[in-house]
Amino acid sequence: MLRPAHCARLALAVQEPFSGDRVCCRSFLALGSVRGFPTAIGPPMNLLDPQGPVAAANSTILVDSVFIMLVIVVPTIIAILAFAFWFRASNPKARFQPGFVYSGRVEMVVWAIPALTVILLGGVAWIGSHQLDPAAPVPGTGSPVRIQAVSLDWKWLFIYPDQRIATVNALTVPAGAELNFQLTSSSVMNTFFIPQLGSMIYTMNGMVTRLNLRADNEGKLQGLSAHFSGDGFPDMMFDVNVISPLAFPDWVANTAKTDAVLNEESYTKLMQQGVERGRPVYRLADPRLFDLIATQHIPPGPGPEFTSGAGRPHSGGHDAR
Amino acid sequence: MLGKLDWSAIPFDQPIPLIAGAVVLVAILGVLAWVVVKGHLPYLWREWITSVDHKRIGVMYVLLASVMLLRGGSDAIMMRIQQAVAYQSQGYLPPEHYNQIFSAHGTIMIFFVAMPFVIGLMNLIVPLQLGVRDVAFPTLNSVGFWLTATGALLVNVSLVVGEFARTGWLAFPPLSQLSYSPGVGVDYYAWSLQISGVGTLVAGINLVTTVLKLRTRGMNYLRMPMFCWTTLASNLLIVAAFPILTATLAMLLLDRYLGFHFFTNEAGGNVMMFMNLIWAWGHPEVYILVLPAFGIFSEVVSTFSGKALFGYRSMVLATMAICVISFMVWLHHFFTMGAGPNVNAIFGIASMIIAVPTGVKIYNWLFTMYGGRIRFATPMLWAVGFMVTFIIGGLTGVLVAVPPADFMLHNSMFLVAHFHNVIIGGVLFGAFAGFEYWFPKAFGFRLDERWGKAAFWFTFLGFYVTFIPLYAAGMLGMTRRLQHYDVAAWRPWMLVAAAGMAVLTIGVICQIMQLVVSIRNREALRDRTGDPWDGRSLEWATSSPPPVFNFAFHPDVRGEDAYWDMKIRAQQQLLGHDLPEYHDIDMPRNSPTGFVCAFFATIMGFALIWHIWWMVILGGLGAFATFVAFAWRDHDEYVIPAAEVARIDRANIEERRNLVSMAGAV
Repeated sequence: MLRPAHCARLALAVQEPFSGDRVCCRSFLALGSVRGFPTAIGPPMNLLDPQGPVAAANSTILVDSVFIMLVIVVPTIIAILAFAFWFRASNPKARFQPGFVYSGRVEMVVWAIPALTVILLGGVAWIGSHQLDPAAPVPGTGSPVRIQAVSLDWKWLFIYPDQRIATVNALTVPAGAELNFQLTSSSVMNTFFIPQLGSMIYTMNGMVTRLNLRADNEGKLQGLSAHFSGDGFPDMMFDVNVISPLAFPDWVANTAKTDAVLNEESYTKLMQQGVERGRPVYRLADPRLFDLIATQHIPPGPGPEFTSGAGRPHSGGHDAR
Repeated sequence: MLGKLDWSAIPFDQPIPLIAGAVVLVAILGVLAWVVVKGHLPYLWREWITSVDHKRIGVMYVLLASVMLLRGGSDAIMMRIQQAVAYQSQGYLPPEHYNQIFSAHGTIMIFFVAMPFVIGLMNLIVPLQLGVRDVAFPTLNSVGFWLTATGALLVNVSLVVGEFARTGWLAFPPLSQLSYSPGVGVDYYAWSLQISGVGTLVAGINLVTTVLKLRTRGMNYLRMPMFCWTTLASNLLIVAAFPILTATLAMLLLDRYLGFHFFTNEAGGNVMMFMNLIWAWGHPEVYILVLPAFGIFSEVVSTFSGKALFGYRSMVLATMAICVISFMVWLHHFFTMGAGPNVNAIFGIASMIIAVPTGVKIYNWLFTMYGGRIRFATPMLWAVGFMVTFIIGGLTGVLVAVPPADFMLHNSMFLVAHFHNVIIGGVLFGAFAGFEYWFPKAFGFRLDERWGKAAFWFTFLGFYVTFIPLYAAGMLGMTRRLQHYDVAAWRPWMLVAAAGMAVLTIGVICQIMQLVVSIRNREALRDRTGDPWDGRSLEWATSSPPPVFNFAFHPDVRGEDAYWDMKIRAQQQLLGHDLPEYHDIDMPRNSPTGFVCAFFATIMGFALIWHIWWMVILGGLGAFATFVAFAWRDHDEYVIPAAEVARIDRANIEERRNLVSMAGAV
């Protein structure tokens, strides 16, 4: 049931039509092969195909842990099936030993096997947690790029305070540089995640989380929100353009030419509930905008309009397609 | 007059819930009409609705769980179809509907399927295994059941009156706050869990007390069957954890109803406090569910291997270790909130430590089978299927307990696959094993083995075809709760998962067929011995179904596997020593307290959801008055005369003796 107010907001949200951006994105992706899934087209997000040091370390730990456990798990599964088969009642060769209900030696082994596995994995977890702490620096070439990400209902705002620009649903970064993210949310919780760069992190209103990443190869990646945030949640996918460090200043300069200005007023407009299909860019009026959001000087974004007393509100999460 | 309630609450524009609601309503009315016309109503009222018999209440719990399993299962089918078709399209479910479905699916499957199923089996079996005549607080037991049913009813009412939560099954704020979820969905969610949570808490108190205080002669702690131990551990967790849930939801409700700021964005509220609190309940909750399943598998593996449980004391230790450690790991549900590396590492390692006692359990079942004489009846199939499946779920569980790996897998389809792997492979397989295993005890006839085995194989295979693709999708970066997506790489996996769902559905149909066929052939499947599986614990020492007083005499326990012991002694001493002297037995009177109380609780819950304040007061007063009336009653027990006890018990002994002598003649 579409109500007028809702339709108006929808129209607002989709006023920027599909740009060439998206078409170019498609053709690029057709070239990009996803390891293990060569036929797949679309934005690559394979966790086992990392494009930066954090994701590489994450997925190494992931794969190593699986193999450590498989060493125990596979023999155990085989033993279960073998014992179950051999000791079937109809097998006359199997020796019935109803008295075999305790054995100190077996007990010691069955406590030791999982304990030793966990001690080994616990070491992996301890070292990994420290090395891959999201806030830990990830050294890169050139000067680090500061990016302030804000999850809005239902789009991503990326503020480049040093470059005085901001983008929506498209993150452009230079390859090889350290990326320092500060993250917050305009309203409800979301999770910032670029699968092939690694380590997701929550965005929460009134709080700032930190994440450092690095993208090693030029190309297009896909990011998404990994925490359900309402009706428009599936549309919180964002492009990640990793460009050459030489091209980055040009991109900044081009972006800064835009007429659209991000200030408190336009931000307040942007944070209304709705899905953003285009990739708008802004000049940043006040480099302290992120702090104003994070410290709630700009109040949290509003929810859906409560259009009836019937307890079934309608929000802008409809897709116009 | 009616608060926020008016005609716009009925979703006339949405055919799916309307039709579903209409079908359910017609079915309920049809059954009711049939009951009334056939004159079964007085019987139902006398023997079931007002019953305080733990066996009857246990059966009703399992029945409630089974009905809700169908509801939660249809939600699952709708979700799998939606994700199979919603590639570069909206699918057939708009977000506001899809979001309700996954929220309802989780809420129903945990609170109204898994919980009542295991509580029902514990209710049914634990007093029998302990050799006692009832639980510690029989009327409270009835209250607990009916309050759980109230919660289930309110969740189902939300299908047609208003909406259910669109926030996910844990209703994280700030999304669940009034500003972002202004509808009644979250209120339905919170009030049905508050009411059923009270029911669960009293069930927990009841079962803890029963195990601690009511054991038959000689049944000391280290002679209790494993299922009683896991029941104790699970219910200790209920008693410790459910108040946290109640308090957390109460705070959320204060935020929503009275403008408090516990978990709001503004005014110093802290959403992460909700996360911490809800998982401080939520993590023990998964052990509340899976520990009784472990107990069921212990009974099943030992019985069908024809051996006592291997390493019994080790199992007890492992159970209690899980019980304690499960309270110290909750933070692993949000490693990604940006806590420091020390916090993450410590909680990650604590979570892994739980895998140690769990691994020990698997090995002890393995060595119980070793040297056994294994009969592959349906319950044993579920047990072996569980062992294989649960290990895989355990592997992926330990994997997501490694914080850096969780940074990639948190909230992904991989995680969805993991917890379904342990909940279906652990809890549901356990519930089905217990259902097959104890059904003859509850009803006096066995279930059809052919349909049972078909149900196992379809469910087992269906599980893998459905959830292995979700692991794969998670590895491709797919997050959960997506109403639509444009990523081509995910599509094939969603299609396979939908096919798997179809196989799972066949499994459920087989289970229903099994019940139908077995009821029809019940004379042929009749169990006259009371011990159809050659069991080892005391529930098999009495007839099937057991008399209302369970045992004419409190059994005398002299070791583990009490009934096995008795059988061996009986063989040595020849059956039928001198006839015992029977005594009068006092049993608790039936009471409508639980049903009436739940009736008023339903009214109050519904009125609270819709802000109908006069009705809230009415419901509250009614429930309170019911309790006062119950507290003031004079006669709470009735006497079964010794002659009647003798008649029932002698008939039972006679029947068994005939069977034994017939077997001897052959």
